[in-house]
Amino acid sequence: MRERVPFPGGGEEVKAMNTALPQKQAEAHSTGAPEQAPAPAPASTPVVAPSPAPAKVVRLTIDGQEVEAREGETVLDAARRVGRDIPTLCYHPAVGRIGSCRVCVVEIEGARNLPASCVTPVAQGMVVHTNTPAVREARRTVVELLLAAHPHDCLKCERNGRCELQNLAMRLGIRTARFNREREHREPDASSPALVRQPDKCVLCGRCVKVCNEIQATGVLGFAYRGTRSCVTPMFEHGLGESKCVSCGQCAKVCPVGAISEKEEWERVLDAIADPNLHVVIQVAPAVRAAIGEEFGIPAGTAVTGKLATALHRLGFDAVFDTQFTADLTIMEEGHELLERMKSKGRLPLITSCSPGWVRFCETFFPDFLENLSSCKSPQQMMGAVIKTYYAKKAGIAPDKIFSVSAMPCTAKKYECARPEMNASGVRDVDVALTTRELARLIKAAGIDLASLPDGEFDPPLGISTGAGTIFGVTGGVMEAALRTVSEVVAKRSAGKAAGGGKLEFVEVRGLEGIREAVVDLGGQQVRVAVASGLGNAARLLQRIRDGKASYHFVEIMACPGGCIEGGGQPRSGDPEIAAKRASAVYAEDRRMKARRSHENLAVRRLYEEFLGEPGSEVAHRLLHTTYHSVEEAAQVASARKEAM
Amino acid sequence: MTGVSEPTNTVRSERMMSPFCRAHILVCAGAGCVSSGCQAVYEALMSNLETEGVLGEVKVIQTGCVGSCDLGPVVVVYPEGTFYQRVRPEDVPEIVREHIVKGRPVERLLHRSADGTLAPNLASIDFFKKQVKVVLRNCGVIDPENINEYVARDGYEALARVLTDMEPREVIDIVKRSGLRGRGGAGFPTGLKWEFAARVRADQKYVVCNADEGDPGAFMDRSVLEGDPHSVIEAMAIAGYAIGANQGYVYVRAEYPLAVARLSHAIRQAREFGVLGENLFGSGFDFDVEIRVGAGAFVCGEETALLASVEGKRGMPRPKPPFPANEGLWAKPTVINNVETLANIPPIILRGPEWFASIGTEKSKGTKVFALAGKINNTGLVEVPMGTTLREIVYEIGGGIPGGKAFKAAQTGGPSGGCIPAAFLDTPMEYDTLVKLGAMMGSGGLIIMDEDTCMVDIARFFLQFTQDESCGKCVPCREGTKVMLDILTRITEGKGQPGDIETLEALGNTIKNTALCGLGQTAPNPVLSTIRYFRDEYEAHIYEKRCPAGVCKALTRYRIDADKCRGCGLCAKACPVGAISLAEAEAEETAAKAASAGGAAAGHARKRRVYAINTDLCQGCGACASACRFQAVVKR
Repeated sequence: MRERVPFPGGGEEVKAMNTALPQKQAEAHSTGAPEQAPAPAPASTPVVAPSPAPAKVVRLTIDGQEVEAREGETVLDAARRVGRDIPTLCYHPAVGRIGSCRVCVVEIEGARNLPASCVTPVAQGMVVHTNTPAVREARRTVVELLLAAHPHDCLKCERNGRCELQNLAMRLGIRTARFNREREHREPDASSPALVRQPDKCVLCGRCVKVCNEIQATGVLGFAYRGTRSCVTPMFEHGLGESKCVSCGQCAKVCPVGAISEKEEWERVLDAIADPNLHVVIQVAPAVRAAIGEEFGIPAGTAVTGKLATALHRLGFDAVFDTQFTADLTIMEEGHELLERMKSKGRLPLITSCSPGWVRFCETFFPDFLENLSSCKSPQQMMGAVIKTYYAKKAGIAPDKIFSVSAMPCTAKKYECARPEMNASGVRDVDVALTTRELARLIKAAGIDLASLPDGEFDPPLGISTGAGTIFGVTGGVMEAALRTVSEVVAKRSAGKAAGGGKLEFVEVRGLEGIREAVVDLGGQQVRVAVASGLGNAARLLQRIRDGKASYHFVEIMACPGGCIEGGGQPRSGDPEIAAKRASAVYAEDRRMKARRSHENLAVRRLYEEFLGEPGSEVAHRLLHTTYHSVEEAAQVASARKEAM
Repeated sequence: MTGVSEPTNTVRSERMMSPFCRAHILVCAGAGCVSSGCQAVYEALMSNLETEGVLGEVKVIQTGCVGSCDLGPVVVVYPEGTFYQRVRPEDVPEIVREHIVKGRPVERLLHRSADGTLAPNLASIDFFKKQVKVVLRNCGVIDPENINEYVARDGYEALARVLTDMEPREVIDIVKRSGLRGRGGAGFPTGLKWEFAARVRADQKYVVCNADEGDPGAFMDRSVLEGDPHSVIEAMAIAGYAIGANQGYVYVRAEYPLAVARLSHAIRQAREFGVLGENLFGSGFDFDVEIRVGAGAFVCGEETALLASVEGKRGMPRPKPPFPANEGLWAKPTVINNVETLANIPPIILRGPEWFASIGTEKSKGTKVFALAGKINNTGLVEVPMGTTLREIVYEIGGGIPGGKAFKAAQTGGPSGGCIPAAFLDTPMEYDTLVKLGAMMGSGGLIIMDEDTCMVDIARFFLQFTQDESCGKCVPCREGTKVMLDILTRITEGKGQPGDIETLEALGNTIKNTALCGLGQTAPNPVLSTIRYFRDEYEAHIYEKRCPAGVCKALTRYRIDADKCRGCGLCAKACPVGAISLAEAEAEETAAKAASAGGAAAGHARKRRVYAINTDLCQGCGACASACRFQAVVKR
């Protein structure tokens, strides 16, 4: 084992910040705000505002059992609620009803065929049978047909062992191949920096198409051709990399098989760790710790921060840092930017820029809002720049000898770290961005059982963070973190003394609804804020602003519905409550932190004192801020560059 | 009310002002006649009439389809109704000189029935005798591009009556009482459909006309749109009034350019005449119609796929419910009716539901238009009362099977339907009996097959079609039909295996039960119904490696009957792979036989050359059989 480079100046005082407080103390710490339930009401479809439909009760019979259901509910929902788990393939709680695979067929008395339960609404007096010979034969036939069309290379597939098609075949007890058919081969598409498509494996369930069009509003993936030539593809069968794909990865997260997944890079990390000439550091995003446990059989909704730190140290990383540190740093810079813009009557609303999928979406579809985007880099890229400048200097390591890894809940981060301008240190700031899923593979490949590990800690100084940094992982978190700091700055300014007293918990911006609005009192000024997660919601919000139907001072946008906890790189889950569970893990982490406001992060303060000066300084601008280009502009720049060469 | 009565007055006065003519010459300009050259006939007519100086005395009208498509180009001369068939431009001078000028019909161009008797006029032709024209009442009679001619045949009177005298619910009641059922496929009661849409409260509703006629061989909707477009427009406005919609869309396939052109023209005219647009007949009711042109997907005939396509999305069906009557176009209540269904509406309003219900059978009212095609003497469009037997259609209207061959089966409902074997020739053609037989009415395609048709091959053909046209959304249709198709292809290639029939049946039934939309749910029908009625043919293919009809090339081998062969060598010349050559041994043997018979005949026989087929090389194409003039080449 290589010797770890000690970080000079990481004092005990700073280090102690990371120590989690006992629960009681944590509660006492959350002064000011009334005790509120941190976990928002679970929503089965987090993107659409819940419709206040009058819940008329319908009585039906499922497998001889009398069942009460809500009018409009599907037979599948009603059956699952009473413990009849009808198998499904195309249905996914985060995507909604499609009705294409026909695996969930049931017998309904009086119906002339076998309806798909996922799209059949309950009706008064309906008599449903979920497990008759006819139903079993139909399901079996459907799955056998899919298997006949599917490549039989499970052993080499990324989804081996966790594939929904495999699970179905297992559950239905399929042991023989009754059907055979010729298959047409389609080449894999690796043109995107973040995602890989393998059309041969596609079962055409339509989840990705629905997510891409209806939820994310990017409209990149669609169906083409007919009959057995049908396929999912970007338009004109272009590669994803040549399309308007923003790399959000929501398609990969809902794909039931191995047809869309992140571009895997975790083996490069193993190689780097094994290279004695490289100093390998890793940063971990807040949402990762709220979900990675699921990959190791730990119940969803459990944050595994300490175990994760231990695992990363054991993997051989030379330093284990926390992206929450630069989340706090982001608040310092972005809060400064917000106050500046409000003071100087600059372009408002200020819109957050932490989510690279959202930034790309803005550059592609809403270029007229680019000036509204905060010039702050995302926490990942701030960390990348700080590691290869400040940390490199402190540790006495040349930036090109540092191999900087990030573990992200996100696929767009792969795209972001490859953007040509992300080299503030003179070399590429972040070398490899791994998804949460890849990090789990990395840990498993090393034979580390996360569940049984003792708690460890992130390394100072860049592993030090506050609760404000933690909540970056959930929609509304950046907004709340900013408000925590800004309200106190404003309070101090108006009070003219260094006293606290700013509000801590801004529950009005929490929740999993796609768009939320609030008016926040900041030192007498009514600040209008809005939070949107999911790009379809973002588009709706921006359109309202564009049309003059709404105006705000500050807007938080996250590409993924629910924020980073539901990022495209997170563990795949069919649990309808998964977003709520992960959000509760994040808020629990926040409550356990000793410091919960970004400006209280002493390590961040020291960074300013030693290196950056003050928020918005020249150095800060060079390292922590960036510029944006509309897709058209970027294309012009690229072609000009090509001509110059 | 002036704004209302004005256009109607214009129509009437124009009607009255049209000059008196001593003869009307109708030139069929339906799609079939256009392909066989009716335009040149029309031009020849006009120039000859002018040369003969009678242009002012007769009126020449280009009409929609007359129905007898294989006899085209067709010219009908009124008042006599003389029916000239297969008219070429060079026949025209004679028609003009003899018939128009001198009043003597040109006998050689008249129709002759099967027994050779001359048919002096249209009404005396067997093909038309049994027909009852309700839907096609104006096709082949009026100029589809002249709204006045439609008005002269009571056009837009039904709309006027509905708008001025009736409440929407009365209209729905009339349609319900008429017993009219959808002519597009499933036969859902039209009045009920309207009632569902009328009941839903919404700020906007739509009427959509499904003119995406896609069944191979079916062209009744096309003929109505090309020959009588106003009947559809009028009916859509009536439907709009009944359900409370003021916007209609006609979804017509791009492969029907003439229909699109004539319908666009008709819509323009209707707007000019004030029968489309705002405040129709002073009732305060607005209605307009737009055309949406499809891009050639068969599945867009399925109503939810059609709606998606109108909305500009990919034509893919979605699960029902919600039904379009509740959530249709842009999620608004929508009535979707097929062209033929709509064309029935104005006569139902004008003549009453009782009149309509008096035609047809107990559960299938009115008439049905069939597109008669395949191995039948008279191909074309026929409109008969529901309940007419298949035998009447095939033998009395269709004139039987060419070459005196035996009727084997009829495929109804196109690729979604099934076949009806000879045993059921006396079955009345109506919705429910057809379904009981494993077939369906569908849109009315009626393909007749004779003894030379291989039923396995036919099933494979239709399944190939549905497989190609499957939208790819649901697994049973996309994957299941492909597996079935692969099995059928194997069988026709002589690679059938025991168990194939059972697999086809099991898979077919599962697809029927589980597919998302009508396309998939009916796709296995041609296979299941041919297995049901012609299982022995499947078995012959699989177990005996034999195609009884001699269609499947891989299973068909030819041989030359040495006794019949005259040694002319035409077969050898025709063979594309050189599989036929002189069979010396056999020739000598034959010669020897002849010699033993003695005399001069021996010398003659020795000169006989006999050919034989090398079965290793033979591809079974049948070119030799066609080339042989002595029926010496036979299938074995």
